[in-house]
Amino acid sequence: MKNHEWEHNLKQQIPNLRRYARALTKNATCADDLVQDCLERGWNKRNSWAPGSNLRAWLFTIMHNLYVNGIRRQQMHQNFLDESTTSQIAHDNDKSYLVRDLEVCLSRLKPEYREVIILAGLENLSYKEIALITDTPIGTVMSRLSRGREELRQLMSGTGKAKLVSVK
Amino acid sequence: MNMIITDITEELIHAYVDSQLSPDERIQFEHIMKNDPELIEKVEAYKQQNALLHELFDSVLEEPIPSSLSTLPVNYKNSSILFKMVASFMLLFAGGLVGGITGWYANEQTPENPVFTASSIARAATIAHMVYVPEVKHPVEVAADQEKHLVKWLSKRLGNNINAPDLNPLGFGLVGGRLLPSENGAAAQLMYENNTGERLTLYIRNANTNEKTTAFRYYEETNANAFYWIDGNLGYVIVGDINKNQLLDTANTVYHQLSL
Repeated sequence: MKNHEWEHNLKQQIPNLRRYARALTKNATCADDLVQDCLERGWNKRNSWAPGSNLRAWLFTIMHNLYVNGIRRQQMHQNFLDESTTSQIAHDNDKSYLVRDLEVCLSRLKPEYREVIILAGLENLSYKEIALITDTPIGTVMSRLSRGREELRQLMSGTGKAKLVSVK
Repeated sequence: MNMIITDITEELIHAYVDSQLSPDERIQFEHIMKNDPELIEKVEAYKQQNALLHELFDSVLEEPIPSSLSTLPVNYKNSSILFKMVASFMLLFAGGLVGGITGWYANEQTPENPVFTASSIARAATIAHMVYVPEVKHPVEVAADQEKHLVKWLSKRLGNNINAPDLNPLGFGLVGGRLLPSENGAAAQLMYENNTGERLTLYIRNANTNEKTTAFRYYEETNANAFYWIDGNLGYVIVGDINKNQLLDTANTVYHQLSL
């Protein structure tokens, strides 16, 4: 692929990368920083992308790695637990009650649960692709999905409240 | 390939919710589901989660892309030579880092191809290499000036004695190392660098296999080469962008030193 094709193809992925990053970090600034790092790394490593393979999955793998590093440094993780972020959500009246509920409950999940729920439910990637992106065996992907979705369901129906408090 | 569904497993429930079943499997699933109110409730809840996720985040797809993203990094790297010179000049003033940055980026390696065939350890090592080798500020967690502490710490976390091989005879000095998660628990990454900024990483983790000792195996991606082997409890991967023979020499040196 020539450079201008790469530029074009990378740019086409920006909306999807932004959506995934926003869902991961829930903070627009953090998310765009993540996208920027991801694009930069993707561009620098463009020669290592296997032509014909899924470019989006490849970029998501890069983003996953960047995100995991970010969590390790506790930067983005802090944003998840930040009070102001939560209250900002609660006052956003453009969204339905259910959507806001999902947003709050999703942020209470373990990051590794949240990530597979997003990759499967929002990004519609196959479980095999998710296993590659997160560098985990497919069995782990499935058990994270099961536990994550069930926990989310309980949080949203109110039965997970006690746990919610203890997490905080 | 279609299968006959006799039992509703967790895996099937999610595959159904995520529309990953074949049409035939879908019909079978729905047939079983209609007599199971609890299952229906669960499936509806999960489907609703997916729908809400879209409602919550799909608007991002329509947002105008901020200029910080649409101009970086692609445009300036593709632009005219004059622009590149100006950009380099600015970078030079930004921190005098140009030499370092171009040195490392010139050696970018470690592809991340979603279709992997090689062993998982070689792949994990290659991904770790890709993530940390381009790091300018934090390539390692513990730097080489604390080598003793580094080696002790990594040994403790891996539950096995780790040594940092001396690659100075090959022109590569130790930068430091870090601890990484892996599918087999903790893994260690040691990074080396030569005087032109080329970097090698040595990845070590518990082997978790019946094979106690293996020969060197070669793993190759577009810009990265790796040799990996198992010795006793540990698996080792040396990853770099140097040529195969040079890397094999390095692998031999590492193997020789570690087996002493």
